Amino acid sequence: MPSSGEPASAPSAPQAGGDGPPAVRMEGVGKWFGSFQALKDIDLEVARGERIVICGPSGSGKSTLIRCMNRLEPVQQGRIFVDGIELTAGRKNVEKVRREVGMVFQQFNLFPHMTVLENCSIAPRKVRGVDRAEAERRARHYLERVRIPEQAEKYPAELSGGQQQRVAIARALCMNPKLMLFDEPTSALDPEMVKEVLDTMIDLAQEGMTMLVVTHEMSFARKVADRVIFMDRGEIVETAPPDAFFDAPKHKRTSAFLGQISH
Amino acid sequence: MIREFGPDEVVFILMAARWTLVLSAIAFAGGSVGGLLVAMARISPSRWLAGAAMVFIRFFQGTPPLMQLFLVFFGITIFGVDVAPLTAAAIALTLHASAFLGEIWRGCIQAVPSGQTEASWALGLRYGMRMRHIVLPQAARIAVAPTVGFAVQLIKVTSLASIIGFVELTRAGQIINNATYEPFMVFGLVALVYFAICWPLSLVARRMERRFARIAAR
Repeated sequence: MPSSGEPASAPSAPQAGGDGPPAVRMEGVGKWFGSFQALKDIDLEVARGERIVICGPSGSGKSTLIRCMNRLEPVQQGRIFVDGIELTAGRKNVEKVRREVGMVFQQFNLFPHMTVLENCSIAPRKVRGVDRAEAERRARHYLERVRIPEQAEKYPAELSGGQQQRVAIARALCMNPKLMLFDEPTSALDPEMVKEVLDTMIDLAQEGMTMLVVTHEMSFARKVADRVIFMDRGEIVETAPPDAFFDAPKHKRTSAFLGQISH
Repeated sequence: MIREFGPDEVVFILMAARWTLVLSAIAFAGGSVGGLLVAMARISPSRWLAGAAMVFIRFFQGTPPLMQLFLVFFGITIFGVDVAPLTAAAIALTLHASAFLGEIWRGCIQAVPSGQTEASWALGLRYGMRMRHIVLPQAARIAVAPTVGFAVQLIKVTSLASIIGFVELTRAGQIINNATYEPFMVFGLVALVYFAICWPLSLVARRMERRFARIAAR
């Protein structure tokens, strides 16, 4: 049986804080698309092991915020540190950070010309220099964790949306990331597939992964988030633990938003 | 002294078709290498490179292939170098094919969804790896049909090399016609030979187009 346990990263204590630098630190970050300011003077610190849910109306900058954390979007102002590495200080650091940060997209973005197994093993092989056998062993391990080991030889187009998204999660995990970013991971899914993806993310949260999740799934936020961040017009309006956030929001804009969505 | 248009003449024309194929093959092979370079330059973040590739493409798109052939053939002679018609034609058509394939392939590369690039970045894949393993394989699938389509065009364009005296299919037809005065028979045969070469390729292109359309719709 190839149940040879955890590869490389042992699950660390899921306590916030811990040793070393914070998972993410943003200092006075500003981001513009042309003349439109998408992020305004953002200060944010995410501790290791922390689970953060980011919500807000569309166009509020919540996706942009996490896309800045692996520099899918460059910022024009301020500094960003990920795991102590300054992302805003040159090409080399960007590459270092991207190796440590996993990302899951709304549209899955699996590689359609590769099998599930190849999707999961390409980055460890080409970026980390892991040999093929080890990369595939690792891929099968994580496919088992997201509960689709039997799909390894298939192509993405042969899978359902929920299965594709779970492959995307496994693909990111295969790099043993220190931090996982989720950009509306269930928004493109049919309703009956949302649960299987959220369950996978809950498992991951319970194992102590540091997670930043942009989502409208408020049940997920209540269940796993340490903090909920509400964004509006490029600003962080309110940050609070889920109970306080949902039951006693401090800001008008927050309660107006919560009033509009069912949770 | 008029010759009969007999079996020997037919064989002469058929044998000359080899040179049409040779010239097409050289131009296509050279154009593939050049086209890849041109396409990569076109999409490169360096403005200078992208601009140079753009000028190169515009020049070859905006001038007749015959002028391109003349410019290379007579251009080289200016430097006092004697150039064989095959060499001149091969160079001119390689440049021609590089420009057109470069533009076709640029479009195919840019047709690969941007999410693929973002996913590659997020996984830490660098430029070379991203191109080689993620973007180009997907672009290649889109590119097959238009590339085969261009190859058919290229085969027909090689007939221009007859004008600088390279004896390929068209030039062979002219030579036989000058001896037999049977233009309809001769050029009818020449046209048939071109058709026999190009038609199967067109069929292949159409079949591939349909196959990839079906895969894309899956």
